[in-house]
Amino acid sequence: MAEQYGFYVNTARCVGCKTCQIACKDKNNLEPGILFRRVYEYGGGSWKENPDGTYYQDVYSYYVSLGCNHCTDAACIKVCPSGAAQKDDRFGTTWIDPKVCIGCRSCVMACPYGAPRFDASKGFTQLCNGCTDLVAKGKSPACVAACPQRALEFGKIEDLRAKYGDAADIAPLPSPKLTRPSLCLTKTPNARPSGDKSGSLQNPKEVSPC
Amino acid sequence: MADHSISRRDFIKWSSALGAVASFGRFNPVAKAAAGVPVPAETSENTIWSACRVNCNCHCPVQVHVKDGVITGISPDDSEKDDWIGGDYQVRACLRGRSLRRHFYSPNRLNYPMKRVGKRGEGKFERITWEQAFKEIAAKLKQVKADYGNDAIYFQYATGSISATMTQGYNPSSPLSRLMNLFGGYLGYYGTYSSAQITKALPYLLGTSYGSAAYAVKDAKLFVGFGYNPGENAVGGAGQMYNLNQAVEAGKVKTIQIEPRYTDTAATACDQWIPIRPGTDAALAEAVAYVLITEEMVDQDFLDNYCIGYDEKTLPEGAPANGHYKAHILGQGPDKTAKTPEWGANITGVPVDTIVKLAREIGTAKPCFITQGLGVQRQAYGEQNCMAIAMLAVLTGNIGKPGTNNGAAADGSAWTGFPRLPAGSNPVGTKIPVFMWPDAIKNGAALTAKKDGVVGADQLKNSIKFMFNTGGNILANQHSDLNAAHEILVDESLCEMIVGVDVFGTPSSKYFDIILPAAHYLEARDASAGFYAGRMSYLIAGEKAVDPMFERKNMFEIALGLSQELGLENEFTEGLDYDGWLRRLHGQARKNIPALPDFDGFFEKGVHKFSCDPAGLVAMTGFRKDPEKNKLGTPSGKIEIYSQQLADIAADWELGKDDVITPVPQYVQSWESAKDPLAKEYPLQLIGFHTKARVHSSYANVDWLNEAVPDEVWINPLDAEKRGIKAGSQVEVFNGRGRILIHAKVTPRIMPGVIAIGQGAWRNLNAKGVDQGGCINTLTRYKPTPLAKANPQHTNLAQVKAL
Repeated sequence: MAEQYGFYVNTARCVGCKTCQIACKDKNNLEPGILFRRVYEYGGGSWKENPDGTYYQDVYSYYVSLGCNHCTDAACIKVCPSGAAQKDDRFGTTWIDPKVCIGCRSCVMACPYGAPRFDASKGFTQLCNGCTDLVAKGKSPACVAACPQRALEFGKIEDLRAKYGDAADIAPLPSPKLTRPSLCLTKTPNARPSGDKSGSLQNPKEVSPC
Repeated sequence: MADHSISRRDFIKWSSALGAVASFGRFNPVAKAAAGVPVPAETSENTIWSACRVNCNCHCPVQVHVKDGVITGISPDDSEKDDWIGGDYQVRACLRGRSLRRHFYSPNRLNYPMKRVGKRGEGKFERITWEQAFKEIAAKLKQVKADYGNDAIYFQYATGSISATMTQGYNPSSPLSRLMNLFGGYLGYYGTYSSAQITKALPYLLGTSYGSAAYAVKDAKLFVGFGYNPGENAVGGAGQMYNLNQAVEAGKVKTIQIEPRYTDTAATACDQWIPIRPGTDAALAEAVAYVLITEEMVDQDFLDNYCIGYDEKTLPEGAPANGHYKAHILGQGPDKTAKTPEWGANITGVPVDTIVKLAREIGTAKPCFITQGLGVQRQAYGEQNCMAIAMLAVLTGNIGKPGTNNGAAADGSAWTGFPRLPAGSNPVGTKIPVFMWPDAIKNGAALTAKKDGVVGADQLKNSIKFMFNTGGNILANQHSDLNAAHEILVDESLCEMIVGVDVFGTPSSKYFDIILPAAHYLEARDASAGFYAGRMSYLIAGEKAVDPMFERKNMFEIALGLSQELGLENEFTEGLDYDGWLRRLHGQARKNIPALPDFDGFFEKGVHKFSCDPAGLVAMTGFRKDPEKNKLGTPSGKIEIYSQQLADIAADWELGKDDVITPVPQYVQSWESAKDPLAKEYPLQLIGFHTKARVHSSYANVDWLNEAVPDEVWINPLDAEKRGIKAGSQVEVFNGRGRILIHAKVTPRIMPGVIAIGQGAWRNLNAKGVDQGGCINTLTRYKPTPLAKANPQHTNLAQVKAL
C-alpha cells in the first residue's frame, strides 16, 4: 500500500486569485470549460438599514481552492465500471487512465467534490492527478508552486495533518465523512462548516462542471 | 510643485535600499556592435526566463518552456529560497502572468502593418508593407511639424508594455519617445490614470505622495485601509498582497478595511469591514477626526512640532482666523458645521457607533498603519479624499515610526533600477493633464494653465494633430465617457493621424490610421526592474522565448525604421544596434550594482534579487527623527495641514462652478453622489474596481482568465430584488452617457445603493449602440477634477434593469 499524499489548503491566506487554476490549465493543456482545480467562493450575511440611512451588516466571504482530494474512500473509483479510475501505487493519488475510460461519467456524478471533468471533445474524463510527474521529480504540483500567497501544500497527508491539523469540513465542501478526503485545511476566521446554510456559493458558474 | 512625469510607481526612492540605483545619465557612444538582433537556435526543448510586463507594477519573472520554437508552458520563480522576513523570496507570478502562453497565442495578435481604408472608427484596414508604413508616418510627422509645430504631436498615455528597457511602449521612456525628442519634441502629459490626484495633492500636505511598504505592517498593532485592495490589483507573488498577508500573520495585526465592496483583500486580511458610500472617505475621516479631537486622542506634541495649521498655535500668518483644521472639524470654520459622527454617518452610511469605535481604535492603537488605495482618489474630489485620509495619520502622530504609514498608498518597496534606452529631453516643455487629451484634440488653444492645468506654458498653441498610441487602450476603453470620445476621434479633421503600435487588435485599434504589429515581450530579449516587492528588489533579464512571428517588430526596431525615414538614424542609434544598446545599458547598471554578473551571466541567471534594510520601508522616518535636518518638500518643510499654496491656487486659478480647492483638507459633497438630485433618475452609485483577471484592459482577451473571473456587475440582494434581477442573469446598466450589457453578481459583498464593475473589459458596441462588452467607461464621466484635472472614474450614477 502506497503512502497517501494529499493537499493542504490555508483558507486564511487564500485571496481567491485563481493562480492555481490557471497554472493547472497551463500544465495540463486544458481548454476553457475543463477545470481540474477550481476556487469556490462562499459567502453570506445580511444587511439592515437603520432609520438614519446607515447600514449594519454581518457579511463574510472566503475562498476554497480545490483539486482532487485523492480520497481514501474515493467515490469515483467505487463507481468506475471500467477500472479506469484508480490509485497511483507511488503516491496514493487518484487518476483516470484515458486509454481505459469509456466516458460514462459515473465518476462525475459520484464525486461529491466535482473533481472529475468529462471532456466531450476527447470522449473521456480526467481529473487532477496531483501532478505526479512533477512530484516524482521532487517538485511540487503546478498549483502549489504557483500560489502567490503560499496557501497550498502537497505531501504525505499524515505529515500535513501533523503540521496543520486534520480539519477538512468547510462549506461549501461536503462532510469529509463521505469519502475521507486526503485534504487538510487551516480555516479562515470567516469559515463555516460543511453543511452550513447561512451562506451560499457565490460563483456557481465559475466552478460548475460543464 | 514637482511634476511627476513618470508614474509614481515607476520610481520609488529608498535611500537605504542596498544596491538602489537612482538614475542613469546618458552615455558616450561606444564601438558599433554587429548589426541585427541575434536569433537563438531553437531546435529542441529549452527553458528561459522572461517576465510579465504589464501595469500592475509587480512585474513578475516567469520561466517559459519552448519546444521547437513553440511556447509550451509557463512556470513560476522556483528559486530555492523563499524567506519573506529575511527578504529573499520567490516572486510568484499571479494568474495573469501564468496565462502568458494563452496571451501570446491569442487570436487577437497583430501580424502585419495595416492602413485604414474606411472612415476612421469603422475598423476597415488593408495590409501594407513596413516600408510604406514608415514613409507615410514620416511624411505626416514632417507635415504636422511644418504646419503646426512639434507641440501638435502627442503620445497617448499607454501602459500595456511598461516595464522594459528597449521595447516598452510607455511614454516618455519608449524608443519612440527618444526618436520624437530627436525630431524636436512633442506635447507631453503629466499624471497617470491611476494616481494623478494623489500624486498632485498629497505633496501639498506631506511633501511627498510616497507611503510605507506593506512589509512595515508587521510592526503595527492596527491596520486601517481605505479602499486598499492589493488582493485583486497586486496579487503577484512579491507584491503588496503577499506582503500584507505575511505581515498581518507575522505581527498578528488587527485589520480594518473601509470600502463599498467586500473585496478579496477584505475577505482575506480583514477583521472588520466598514462599508462606505463611494466618494465619502473624507467625511468619514473628518468624523473620526472629530472624535479624536474631542476625546483628546490627537498627538498634540507631534502637531505642534511637525505640522502647521492644526490649530491657532501653528496657523501660518496670512491665513484667516479660524482657518485651521481643528476649527474646521469642530464647526468653528467658514461652514459652521461640526463634523460629528452623526454628520459623518449621514454622508457615509457608516453608523455613528461604528465611527466612534473606529476613531477610538485609531486613537489608541500604537503604532497604527493607515493607508489608502488609489480608488479613493479617482473620485470627483479625490484630492480631498486622499489628503483627508492622510490627516488621520497626522493627527495621531503615526508617521515615521516602525509600523506606521503617512496615510499614502502603501506601495513603497525596495527598488533597484535598470536603465532604459535614454529618451533624452523633450524640447517642447509644455504638458497637459493626462486626462485632458480630448480637449487638446478639439481645441488645444483654449487650454490654459489657470483653467486646465497646462504646465510649461500659459496656454497651448496648437491642438493635437498627430498621435502615437503605443501599447495602450485609453482611446476606446480606459478613458471616460467613451461615446463622447468616439465623436472626437472619428472626426478626421481634428487629429489628422493616429498611429497605433500594439501586440493585439483592441477596441482602440479601430481609431488608428496606421497599425503597427509589435513583438510580444516573449519575442524580445530585454531587461526590467521589479516593483512592490517589500524589502526585496529584483531585476529580470528576460531572454527571447521565440523569434517574432509574421512581420512583428519590437519597439526599438519600429523606432529605428522610422528614424531612417526621418533622417535621424545616426542620432537615434548612436551607432549601436539592439544588442549593442542592451550591452551598454547593462554595463551602466553594473557600474552601480557591482554584484551584477557580466552580460551573458546576467541573462543566464535571469532573476537578480537584492535585499534591503527594512528600516527604510517606513515613509518619512528621517523627518520624524529630525524635522530640522530632514525637512519635507513643502514650503515650510513641515506637514502643511493648512497649505498656503493651495489657498493661492484657489484664489488664482479659473475654477469651474464645481471646482473646490481648499487650504485645509475637507469633505466636499460631490456631483453624482447619492445626494445629487440626479439620483432620482439614476439611484445607484457606480464604481469600478480592478479585477484579478486583468491589469486595466491588458489580458482581457485571454479565455482562461475570462473563465476564471467573468465580468459581472456586483449588486446587493436588496437592490437586485427591487429590480427583479436574478443572480447570473444579464442586465443593462445605463445612465445619460451610455448603456452596457453585463451579467449580475447578486451578492451581499457590496453595499446597498452601490454597484461595481471591474474596469478594463473591452468595449464592444452592438448595432443599437449598447456596449455588450461591458466596459464601465461607456458610463463614466469626463469631468476633470479641481486640482489635478484628473479622472473621477468612480464617481457615477447609474440605473440597472433586468432584461
